[in-house]
Formats: sequence, structure tokens, C-alpha cells
Amino acid sequence: MTATGAPRPRRPWRRLGRPRGNPSWEARAAFLPYLWLGLFFLAPFLLVAKLSLSDVVLAIPPYAPRLDWGAGLAGLAAFVQALDFEAYARMGQDGLYLAAYLSSLKFAAVATLILLLTGYPLAYGMARCRPSVRQALLMAVILPFWTSFLIRVYAWIAILKPAGLLNMALSQVGLPPVDILNTDTAVYIGLVYAYLPFMVLPLYAVLERQDDSLLEAAADLGCTPFQTFWRVTFPLSLPGVAAGALLCFIPMVGEFVIPDLLGGSGTLMLGKTIWTEFFSNRDWPAASAVAIVLLATLVIPIVLFQRQQTKLMEQR
Amino acid sequence: MRRGPSPFNIAAITLGMGFLYLPIVLLVIYSFNDSRLVTVWGGFSTRWYASLFQNQQLLAAAWVTLRVAFVSATLATILGALAALGLVRAGRFRGRTLFSSMTYAPLVMPEVILGLSLLLLFVSVGLPRGFWTVTIAHTTLTLCYATVVVQARLVSFDEALEEAARDLGAPPWKAFVLVTLPNIAPAVAAAWMLAFTLSLDDLVIASFTTGPGATTLPIRIYSAVRLGVSPEINAISTLLIGLVATGVIAVYLLNMRRRTAGA
Repeated sequence: MTATGAPRPRRPWRRLGRPRGNPSWEARAAFLPYLWLGLFFLAPFLLVAKLSLSDVVLAIPPYAPRLDWGAGLAGLAAFVQALDFEAYARMGQDGLYLAAYLSSLKFAAVATLILLLTGYPLAYGMARCRPSVRQALLMAVILPFWTSFLIRVYAWIAILKPAGLLNMALSQVGLPPVDILNTDTAVYIGLVYAYLPFMVLPLYAVLERQDDSLLEAAADLGCTPFQTFWRVTFPLSLPGVAAGALLCFIPMVGEFVIPDLLGGSGTLMLGKTIWTEFFSNRDWPAASAVAIVLLATLVIPIVLFQRQQTKLMEQR
Repeated sequence: MRRGPSPFNIAAITLGMGFLYLPIVLLVIYSFNDSRLVTVWGGFSTRWYASLFQNQQLLAAAWVTLRVAFVSATLATILGALAALGLVRAGRFRGRTLFSSMTYAPLVMPEVILGLSLLLLFVSVGLPRGFWTVTIAHTTLTLCYATVVVQARLVSFDEALEEAARDLGAPPWKAFVLVTLPNIAPAVAAAWMLAFTLSLDDLVIASFTTGPGATTLPIRIYSAVRLGVSPEINAISTLLIGLVATGVIAVYLLNMRRRTAGA
């Protein structure tokens, strides 16, 4: 903020040290991470886009880059001529890709909804507690986020498998066993379980800040507790709802571990498709094309998420 | 006046916490099960832990993972702190929007995309895949988390303190090192820990970017999990959970004490 903080009086000696137009040292400091992200985050996407337009045969490993970097402009021209939309065409023709695409969106959307319905009461309850209890509960929600994702998904296999802990418990109380592992239900359980902290934290952040006098005012004006919640608390918590929903929805669309370990062979999700195309079918252009489609789908939610993050940071 | 929790609130908290912790607790309990079967309790035993330490493959993978996590967390924390400084302090500079987009996007970007794209980069520049490619990939992912953590602290830090130091004659870098850095140190430490555990945990990105001789622990665990539940996996999982939980709780308590001492 130093450079633009308008109300602060400018000190002449500082202007001497930093002539107008020269970046502050903080801006120079940002150069290194900027370079890193450009090199290892932005550039790779261009490569994915490029490979998704490559020929399948040539791209089968050992994959040689089709763009000859040394040949300069001529190489680039040759490359552009050789562009090939085959991987995309195959995607359009093969119903399996479309099914995986739609089913990914469905899984993510339904799971986000379940997460909202389960995460909201939890976050709301936490915000109602005494500050010391709140801190401990917050810690308890954050802790699973730090512990391994893979391990937490693995823990559910032992519970859900046919001769697992859930069925053991069910038979103890005389109920018939259920067969959940390798079904869509298991995937939903896994998604909700793994992403619950991501939903609770932003919700809690807005609910905790809420001013209780608003609730009293609503009650004084004759609102029932439910009306107070629906007309005061909930609308005020919408930024948290949006943040939580985006934070869960976006990565869930591309989720791989959960559908792979808990879902069945019939569970279609794009993350799994990319993985299979890449590691099992060794079809790199197809994997890249799926990745590009996935990315294109997520661009709008990701931009929304960034807007919100920036706003949150500037609000503080 | 804040109302206390209602019975409904307490029920929601109990159910939520039960849901979050029951699977982990069961996993830990069954790591001490003498029987190989999940559903049969064969008595208390630590034999799966003993067999872990004879598994050379697993030990080698653990060593690789720790090294990757250490190097990538350190790189990510340095880069992340610099990025946070740029975002909070530098005002508007050319390319700021692109920069802030690049620091937030990997937070939510599906890991398969990050992994695939980095792999294509490494292949196209001819970098042999192994320890360093995984480290670079993890640095890229975790640097964004580090940025957010440090940034959150930096926005709430009163810049006037650093300005006072500068007015008293300290050059900018010295004012930063002597005034700002000690103040954001807890956040920097937290950022390092977060980066470390995220790297420790990552399966997808490591699978794409790894090469011969750089098989990480999550990759080993994953291939074992695909074969089914086994008490050895429970044991290694318990060790990992214990390690991470101890670290996180220690940092939390440390911060609490600092806060109460400061207040």
C-alpha cells in the first residue's frame, strides 16, 4: 500500500531514495515468486493446450515435443499446420467422456449442497459457543485438514467394505448389512467427509463476526427464531456460503482419490478419466484434452473465487 | 450479549465432530489390532509397527518424502512470503492481477490438472523426472498456501511501525528484518508447516511428476491401498497422523501462549 496510500504524507527523503516510477523493494521482492509461477504454473498450461491438439500416435510415450523449439518461426508454422483436433473430436464422439463430464458436475454440485446442509449447523453451533470453546472447536475442525487426505479416505474403506465396521455394527443391532463401498453413495460420503473443513471454516468466519444485537433487534420486532435466522443470519452469511461452496465445488469436480478408492467401476469422474487416459491408456493428448475441458469449465468459478479472496483480504 | 449454544447447536457440534473424528479414531485403534482382519479384534499388538520398520521400500519412500517436503516447504515459504509482501505492500504494479490470480488459482485447481501440466513441462524441457521435479511441483502448489497464510498476517500488521524504523534511519531492508519479520514470524512458521504437511500428503501431483528412485510415501500407500485394507497401512497412517497432529497442536499452543502473554 505504500505506493498508493494517498492520505499518508510523502516524505521528501523517501522520494529521493525511490524515484517516481521505480518499483518499491516489495514489488521487486515479488519478482521471484512471479517468475516461479509463470514458469511452473502458467507455462505448463500452454503445453497442455498444445498437447491436446497433437497427434495421438506421435504423442504416445516416449513422447517427443512436436513443437521444435530450435527451428524458430518455421518450426512454429509447421507446428500450427500440424495442429489436430482429433483428441477433442474423439471426446465429442465418445459418450463416455460426456457422461464423465456431466457426472463430475453432478457429484460436485450434490456434494456441495450436502456440505452446506451439514456444515452450516456445525459452523453455526461453533459460533454460538464461548470464545475458549470456540477456539478449541476451530482447532478440531482444522486438524483433519492437516492430516493426510489419502489416509482419511482410506479410513472409510475399512468402515464401508462388505465385511467392514459399519456392517459389523449393523449386525450387532440386528439390521441387514448394506453394500456401500464401490458405489456412488460411498463417493458422496467421501466427498462430504474430506471437504467438510473447507465448508465449515469460511462459514464459521462470517457467522462468528455477526453482531448479536441484530438478532435481538429482529426478536424485538417480532421475528420468530426461525424468521430471525432466515431473514437476518442467513442473508448476512451469504459471503461465507459462497466462499465455502466455491472452495469445495471447484476441486471436487476434478477429484481423483475419492472416486478411485471409494467409487465403483461405474463411477465416472473427470479426474479419474484424466488419470486413466494418462497412466493406463497412455493417451497423453486425450488426457490433455480432458484437462483443458475441465479447466475451461472451472474458469468462471475460479475467477469468482479469486474475486472473493481478494475482497476478503482487502476488507480486513 | 451472545446467546449460549442451544441443544440443537450442541447436537450439531457433537454429530459433526463425531463424523470428522470417528473414522480416524477407528483407523488408529485397528492399527493396534493383532488380527489381520479388520472386523476381528485379535487383541492389542504393536507388531504392525515393528513390521513397518523392516519394510525397506516403505522406509526409503518415507525418507524421499521427508526430503521433498523439507526442501519444497522451505522454498515455498520464502517465495510465498515474498509474494505476500508484493501483494500487500507493493500497491499496484504491472501484472498485479495476473500475479494475484496465479497465487490463488492453485488453491482450488484440481490436482490432476496441476500434475499433468507440470509433467508436460518437465518432459518438454527434457528434465529427468525424480526428486527435483516432485520438489518443484510441490513448491508450486504449496507456495500459494504459504502466500495466503503470510498475507493474512501482513494485512493486519501496522505498517506504521516499520515506517517509524525507517524514519529513525533504518534502510528499508533493515526495517523489514528488525520490525516486520519478527511480527510475521508466527505466520511464516505456520506457512512452512502447512507447506510441509501438504507436501507430505500429496499423492496426485507426486504421481505425475515422480520418476525412478523418487517414489514418495503417499504413492506407496496408494498402491498398497488399492490391494485392500491392511493393518500395516493403518500403522503408517497412525504414525503420520500422530506426527502432523503433534506439530499442529504444538504450533497452536505456542501461538496461544504468545497471544495471552502479549495481551
